[in-house]
Amino acid sequence: MARRLVIIGAGMASGRLLEELFDRQPGAWDVTLFGAEPRGNYNRIMLSPVLAGEKQFDEIVTHDAQWYQAHGVTTRFGEPVVRIDRHARRVISPGGVTEYDKLIIATGSASFFIPVPGKDLPGVIGFRDYDDVQTMLDAARRPGGNAVIIGGGLLGLEAAAALNAQGMKVTVLHLMGHLMERQLDEAAGYLLQKELENRGINVICNAHTKAILGHDKVDAVLLEDGRVIDADLVVMAAGIRPETRLAIDAGLHVERGINVDDRMQTSDPNIYALGECVEHDATVYGLVAPLYDMARVLAQVLTGQDAAFVPPAVSTKLKVTGVDLFSAGDFADGDGREDIVFRDPARGIYKRLVLQNNRIIGAVMYGDTADSSWFFAKLKSGEDISAIRDSLIFGPAYQGGAPADPLAAVAALPPEAEICGCNGICKGAITSAIENGAHDLAAVRATTRASASCGSCSGLVEQLLALTLGEDFETPTEAPVCGCTDLGHDDIRRLVRARGLKSIPAIMQELGWKTSCGCHVCRPALNYYLICEYPLEYRDDAQSRFVNERNHANIQKDGTFSVMPRMWGGMTTPDELRAIADAAEKYDVPAVKVTGGQRIDLLGVRREDLPAIWADLNRAGLVSGHAYAKGLRTVKTCVGTDFCRFGTQDSTGLGIRLEKILWGSWTPHKVKLAVSGCPRNCAEATCKDIGIICVDSGYEVSVAGAAGMELKETEPLAKVATEDEVIALTCAFVQLYRENARYLDRPHKWVARVGMDWVRGQVVDDADQRAALIERFEISQSVYRKDPWAAQAEPDMRREKWAPLADLTLEAAE
Amino acid sequence: MSTWMDIAALDDIPPRGARVIKTRMGCVALFRTHDDQIFALDDACPHKKGPLSDGIVHGHAVTCPLHNWVIDLETGQAQGNERGQVNTYRARVEQGRVLLDISRLAARSAA
Repeated sequence: MARRLVIIGAGMASGRLLEELFDRQPGAWDVTLFGAEPRGNYNRIMLSPVLAGEKQFDEIVTHDAQWYQAHGVTTRFGEPVVRIDRHARRVISPGGVTEYDKLIIATGSASFFIPVPGKDLPGVIGFRDYDDVQTMLDAARRPGGNAVIIGGGLLGLEAAAALNAQGMKVTVLHLMGHLMERQLDEAAGYLLQKELENRGINVICNAHTKAILGHDKVDAVLLEDGRVIDADLVVMAAGIRPETRLAIDAGLHVERGINVDDRMQTSDPNIYALGECVEHDATVYGLVAPLYDMARVLAQVLTGQDAAFVPPAVSTKLKVTGVDLFSAGDFADGDGREDIVFRDPARGIYKRLVLQNNRIIGAVMYGDTADSSWFFAKLKSGEDISAIRDSLIFGPAYQGGAPADPLAAVAALPPEAEICGCNGICKGAITSAIENGAHDLAAVRATTRASASCGSCSGLVEQLLALTLGEDFETPTEAPVCGCTDLGHDDIRRLVRARGLKSIPAIMQELGWKTSCGCHVCRPALNYYLICEYPLEYRDDAQSRFVNERNHANIQKDGTFSVMPRMWGGMTTPDELRAIADAAEKYDVPAVKVTGGQRIDLLGVRREDLPAIWADLNRAGLVSGHAYAKGLRTVKTCVGTDFCRFGTQDSTGLGIRLEKILWGSWTPHKVKLAVSGCPRNCAEATCKDIGIICVDSGYEVSVAGAAGMELKETEPLAKVATEDEVIALTCAFVQLYRENARYLDRPHKWVARVGMDWVRGQVVDDADQRAALIERFEISQSVYRKDPWAAQAEPDMRREKWAPLADLTLEAAE
Repeated sequence: MSTWMDIAALDDIPPRGARVIKTRMGCVALFRTHDDQIFALDDACPHKKGPLSDGIVHGHAVTCPLHNWVIDLETGQAQGNERGQVNTYRARVEQGRVLLDISRLAARSAA
């Protein structure tokens, strides 16, 4: 029979403990989980983003009701345990008496309220749980509200930045001389204070709070020096106090926290404790990494294994959007310690390493933390750095023999991060398969199905193999995108998805870019990946576009541009032709050319004339042909049944329908289509990216042809009976290509890599998948199916921006 | 000797972008980098005279839109294996205004 395990406290430590326990020995324990909050385990450290409005509470819930049910956990949320009866081995709560074989105390900590008059007034709160967040959000909803944060540490500053973002006027009172003095030295504290002040946050250091003023609610805070600061809300963030009351009442050994040994056992052999409520070796912990270590140790102990908690080196990152700050280890000045400092005042960057006996013992970074994991790894390993001391501060990119750790990005992923999107396989499942003997890519595919479908996550799976197996595995990595990163296209796309990275700076920061803002190779690729991944949220970055896509025209060798309006399905009218002719004359267009894509190109238009010629063409009903775009180009057609005596279907009409649905879409490379009305194939459909040949019984859809530097015939995708089916297949294929191909791979290259069978499986055989692809394509097209030429009212497109900024031809001659 | 001329507001130039000014010596491109510094160079790549102002600006460099030569904005030197040099002019930002030293532009036209 399962033994009874009672846990008091449903915080991050106990949540992780339960996972570790069930992974090791499912069903061995009959678990009852008490929590004082009326909700289950959630990621408490993400409360700051919730407060800032950057995340919803649902997004930070780590275990939901289903999870508890699936693992047979009896949950008693909103029910505080009031007493532990150690002799009878039971706990007493409002709901009655619960007996245990083993008890775990994980009551966490409470905010420390500084002992000043007025600290119990309504409106004075801590910042520990979701209720506190709701109270703060309520206060922020009232316009013009003042918030005072007492304590300029990690938690206080996160609260300050979040409340500031929510529109409150925020003052931070900090007792010490500079902010976050436990994690930062003076210089970094200064940069941080400057940044917060730039955001409108008032920061007062050396601030001694004398009293909190108010009658029935808080009105203001009084400082020792007599200053009075208005306050509708006071947040106590001056520290935390381990929640030890139950343990003290039960007669357990408690000093600052509940004393535990290396196995997390309290002075009672049937009672364990972990998390922020414990004291181990005279230390109390408030960061999450050691808590997770405790959870693992305790899970091992409970399953009868030997384990001991070893205090880990810890690092800190401030979760304030736009502030890059990292701190780890010991950075106080001292005998025998040396500093290496790098500053770039213009960019607001400060980096400092503290060395002792040629080892890194402390690191502080502000403004640029891309290399922090590399430094932190060196700090933890205690590696002798004397050989690379001279260039150490510049990070891994400058170390001759030691390239940046390409595994860092994958290592940073949480176990639940999805690696294989096709089969929904997360990192944890793959890692455990590797640990259980799947020692190469094929074996991982066979056991987990990860990377067994489209294969685009193969690189990540290989990195997980390398990470898990260490030197026993040789990584055959995809070539990096460019010199700015060690990651390949596929890896970047997967990581953008898995980590929810939504901007180019976020990708560069999180994936450890080696350059400040990328280069002409990686920036357009990242911009495309973000457009594809987040069509509704992401805002196209014009400065990350190649010239043609930025100027909506094709640059020519002399710096002029070509202008090509769309001719739907290659059809035009006398009016359109007249408008084109008029424009050609009006703007002195040196060359007018009929193209292979069945439209007319105006070559040699001056840059400053572009907005005007577009406006003229727009007036005649013409729109951009995107002849410059990595996107849909043309749909070439023949005249089909309308005029041709051999035509079997309305190829022209179908071509126009396709073009009207697909136009404006951005793709990894250009996409060209053709529809031929009969197998004589006058539209040359069999060398296009997507080609449709009409036959008596319907339509033959084929894909992945090429007629550029390479020549390749299309491969059959499917034969269908109706135009609607052609359109469904085409949209699904284009979306699959958009979501999976590497930037600048034409469809035929991509299909060669993932295999026609897989493409057919997704687009033709799997009706649900096809519908989902079409739906996502439509969502994207709701944003991008529009004419860039007509957007001249937008600030980026205003006419004067195309003209010279100034004309100095006279002044310069004087 | 320097002759500083107020050309435009910094915000008239997009970050990581460029605008050109016409001079008697040809077009000069004013680049605004990610860190809000301004660099002024002839708007012609040493390779085939491509308009550098239409290139992608990254770090303190620009990639020519025609054949991807990368030009260092600080020195005007072509980077990598390419050999070539673009004229540079002194420019600075003061109180949100872009100032250009036009003494060399004038000197060259006088010569």
